[in-house]
Amino acid sequence: MSGPVTKDARSTEKTHEPKIVAFCCNWCSYAGADLAGVSRLQYPSNVRVIRVMCSGRVDPAFVLKAFELGADGVIVAGCHPADCHYINGNEKAAMRGDFLSEFLEDAGIEDQRFRMEWIAGSEGQKFADVVKKMVAELERLGPLCEEDV
Amino acid sequence: MADRKVGAVLVVGGGPAGMQAALDLADSGFKVYILESGLSIGGTMAQLDKTFPTNDCSMCIISPKLVATGRHENITMITNAELKGIEGKTGDFKVKLSRRSRFIIEEKCTGCGVCAEHCPIEGANAFDRDLAPAKAIYVPFPQAVPLVYTIDKGLCIGCGVCDKFCEAKAINYSDEPDKEEVIEVGAIILSPGYDVYDSSKKIEYGHGVFHNVLSNIEFERMLSASGPTEGHVIRPSDGDVPKKIAFIQCVGSRDAQTSNTYCSSYCCMAALKQAVIGKEHVQGLDTAIFFMDTRAFGKEFEEYLMRAENEYGVRVLRNNRISKVEEDPETNNLMLSYLEGPDIREEVFDLVVLSAGARPPESTGNMAKVFGLDLNKFGFCETDDLTPVSTSVPGVFVCGAFSGPKDIPDSIAQASGAAGKVAALLSEERGKLVTKKEYPQERDVSGKEPRIGVFVCHCGINIGSVVNVPEVVEYAATLPGVVYVERNLYTCSQDTQKKIKEVVEKHDLNRVVVASCTPRTHEPLFQNTVKEAGLNKYLFEMANIRDQCSWVHRLEPVKATEKAKDLVRMAVAKAATLESLPQPKIPVTPAALIIGGGLSGMTAALEIAKSGFEVHLVEKEKQLGGHLRRIHHTLSGVDPQETFEQLEKEIAEHKNIKTHLNETASEIKGYIGNFETTLKSGEKLKHGAIVVATGGVEYEPVEYMFGKNPKVVRQTDLGELLAEKDFKADNVVIIQCVGSRNDEYPNCSRICCSTAMANAMKIKKEHPETNVFVLYRDIRTYGFAEENYNEAARLGVIFLRYDPASPPRVVATNGDIVVEIDEQFIEQTVTIKPDYLVLNAAVRPNPDNKDLAQLLKVPLTKEGFFLEAHMKLRPVDFATDGIFLCGLAHSPRLIDESISQALAAAARVNTVLSKPFIEAEGVVSVVSEERCIACGRCEDVCEYGAPRLEEISPGVIKSRINEALCKGCGSCAVACCARAISPKHFKSEQIMTMLEALLADKDEEVKV
Repeated sequence: MSGPVTKDARSTEKTHEPKIVAFCCNWCSYAGADLAGVSRLQYPSNVRVIRVMCSGRVDPAFVLKAFELGADGVIVAGCHPADCHYINGNEKAAMRGDFLSEFLEDAGIEDQRFRMEWIAGSEGQKFADVVKKMVAELERLGPLCEEDV
Repeated sequence: MADRKVGAVLVVGGGPAGMQAALDLADSGFKVYILESGLSIGGTMAQLDKTFPTNDCSMCIISPKLVATGRHENITMITNAELKGIEGKTGDFKVKLSRRSRFIIEEKCTGCGVCAEHCPIEGANAFDRDLAPAKAIYVPFPQAVPLVYTIDKGLCIGCGVCDKFCEAKAINYSDEPDKEEVIEVGAIILSPGYDVYDSSKKIEYGHGVFHNVLSNIEFERMLSASGPTEGHVIRPSDGDVPKKIAFIQCVGSRDAQTSNTYCSSYCCMAALKQAVIGKEHVQGLDTAIFFMDTRAFGKEFEEYLMRAENEYGVRVLRNNRISKVEEDPETNNLMLSYLEGPDIREEVFDLVVLSAGARPPESTGNMAKVFGLDLNKFGFCETDDLTPVSTSVPGVFVCGAFSGPKDIPDSIAQASGAAGKVAALLSEERGKLVTKKEYPQERDVSGKEPRIGVFVCHCGINIGSVVNVPEVVEYAATLPGVVYVERNLYTCSQDTQKKIKEVVEKHDLNRVVVASCTPRTHEPLFQNTVKEAGLNKYLFEMANIRDQCSWVHRLEPVKATEKAKDLVRMAVAKAATLESLPQPKIPVTPAALIIGGGLSGMTAALEIAKSGFEVHLVEKEKQLGGHLRRIHHTLSGVDPQETFEQLEKEIAEHKNIKTHLNETASEIKGYIGNFETTLKSGEKLKHGAIVVATGGVEYEPVEYMFGKNPKVVRQTDLGELLAEKDFKADNVVIIQCVGSRNDEYPNCSRICCSTAMANAMKIKKEHPETNVFVLYRDIRTYGFAEENYNEAARLGVIFLRYDPASPPRVVATNGDIVVEIDEQFIEQTVTIKPDYLVLNAAVRPNPDNKDLAQLLKVPLTKEGFFLEAHMKLRPVDFATDGIFLCGLAHSPRLIDESISQALAAAARVNTVLSKPFIEAEGVVSVVSEERCIACGRCEDVCEYGAPRLEEISPGVIKSRINEALCKGCGSCAVACCARAISPKHFKSEQIMTMLEALLADKDEEVKV
């Protein structure tokens, strides 16, 4: 099986709505995403959050599965370094994130499509900004498709 | 023989404070009665739309508390009732009550509301401040607890329609009017709250005469989605949307004319919040608030003020006391004159909101009579700085606004504090009168086809105004496994909980999905409901369609609806894979660790010890006392040193307290009920709960020549100089806000205005010849401290206001110092040559907080104070179970407030230590022994030592996870190379299922 490639952005419809999966840890990043809501910060509706207890729970296989199923972008968000509710699960996540980035690059998936982010419970604005930025980049890149689609 | 004591408590008043006190005591093993004069518990908070400084939806955060109180097995609510009399003494009271009839048989009423639908009579709705009609048979608000209807006999015409339609046969027109009963309790907590000042009494503002003049509570109801206008801001005169709204502050407070000379404490923030929320409701709305001083003194309040002013564009007009409102009879527009600098301006507004202050509750007279209680001159309950929750009657305690106007978190802290006092008083009776909550036998759902029920919440208009809820409901019904769907105005209300239980039974549901707000606040509530319905609590899943959908995509209703459908589809897909999880019981070590031995830590330690638990009090200095050792008089003139010595003695003598001086914690391991702390000396302590009471530090000013000229001192130094009695000066200048309310530390230090008054008054009383000048930005003597501000002015203290843009200038010449200030009122530069220049230096966070926060894994605010679990309703809890905070570690506060918080932390600790077992979470990881290859990576990766390689049979080594140690983070599952570890509730299959549910549609779209 060959890796997925990106379609030429020009050949896609203008209405392409990138779909983003965000894995958020329960204690910081999910709280940050909630705070964006409590603060009524507006951001594009393209993101779907999957709550996990710790960013350290995010198996690289989940990220690959998301891309395989057609996600245009994936975010893994955890507590800031040293803030992890589980001492250092976020650092483990970061190490896996580095590995994943390299792997995805080899597979021909642009690095803008995968982000590791530290988002605190008080950073509603950061959550909104991360989503906004990724949506803008993915709109520019166009959809991610299997070569044979 | 010891006096008889009763292990039950009466809480008078069921607002947020009353509910908190009741819950803390009921959770610590005491039987609680709540006596509420109204028809529902919830107090004034139930009427609010939003709360500052987080703009949380008030009903959303109070609703879980209402439900928790309403269904607590050890709380009995006696609503629509009043106190008649009391006999006995502390520990053993007999209280006579009188219940007014609802003309409804309470046990039969289901709260279905069919009666009100058919009732032909309409009257005014008191809850909505008469802005909306109510039927002659009614509940005060839809989320009322208890949800029981009442007939208003004044309106009822006795037509019999309700009786005809009531299926439950609950109507009883001929019910006897009042029923008396007597209950026995060991202690009483008074939390009757406050009344809002009737602003129509200030006739110059035209409330009740001019249609477009509203009180703050009326405006709050208007902002509320469940209010009379469903959240639409309109002018009552013509229904038009206003373009300009003025808020007039201090209506009925800080006002000698009404004899309410105190400050009501919360109105400045409430007006800012209303102005901000108003702007969110009406695009382009202009809001102007006319302040005397901006009193944004609480935790992160100043930042809220700055955001309101700078980001939202709320016009903040200081130095203003509006004298009157005039109406143009043609347009019903309203005209105000105000000061802008030296000029008087006139401006026309479409709507005027009066920030009406707090009054003592109506029942205050009755309570004083029944209990023989001392009231202060305004009619609020009299308390002392050093005993902030005690009344003049032993065994009777007070909390909330009845002891003085205050905001919700301060009320909640005081409520827990009162509960702490009661728990200590009645400690021998703990557990004697309570019953344990019995849940029905859990149904075995393993191997059964999923039968999923989906409940979609409108959340008033919070969700419903953006997301097309009926469409989501229709869609949910088509999803695999879903056999039942419904939508609710508020899925969290008590009637919906009842409904969920009925539906689970009727439709034989084995999984429940709620699409509403966020699991972070509401999952426990719904989990409890499914538990009551005979399902394991882990058979519940939530879709966050508010915080992460309707609130953040307000302008894209179609996309938000699509997203809501996706989120529901994902939740349903996961729900189908959910399993029942057991919750092991973990024993609790009945001891507490208190970190910090200042006033707060000492107070908490003593109260916990008195409740019968062991206490380790750890202080890094060589003696206890902290800042308290340097304080010689409080605002009310009390010398705290005597109390301090008493406290020190009691601590030294108490058999339950072990004090560890010159010590700090170097390692803290474990979890609620089972912590193990290693001190610097290597000593190990085992304990079940932790209180953080590390205090704060006084800022070392770099401004105004501090440290360079001996005449420049800090406020605490001045206090000590005054205590030494050899103080002499012709002129004293006090500069406020040194090191606070600036770019680096934006928030207000709260205590400095009061300490300035205390010292200034002491100088003027003892040395009347000395001139005292206070250079300030806003005077923030909130509550009854306002009296001291007035008194200081009467004594001749001179107040000069400066603009932070041109702060006072200090120069030294020939050993003298000269202070220059550009005074804002007189618009002139004033020059003073003081003998002492006193800097009111900010309260800064303890620099040790950072390390401690990392040890405990708890968060700090941006400034470095500890950050509590919820700013409004959980002021002394951390998000991490079993860890609490109080005093200056939380934020700057006065002595009485620190003591209240310390008592509150003690009460919260009691709720943990009074239980023999804590039920552990079921979310833990398990190893499949079949797959495990004993590589040991799980052992390496786990920070809690939960997985261990064990020889399970001769020669066979496998990993096993200790459930009591496992936190369920799931890191080991990812590290496991054999894929043998599975974190329950977050299994790989479950997450993959959600991904498939989300992205399957997308795949099809691409293929088309």
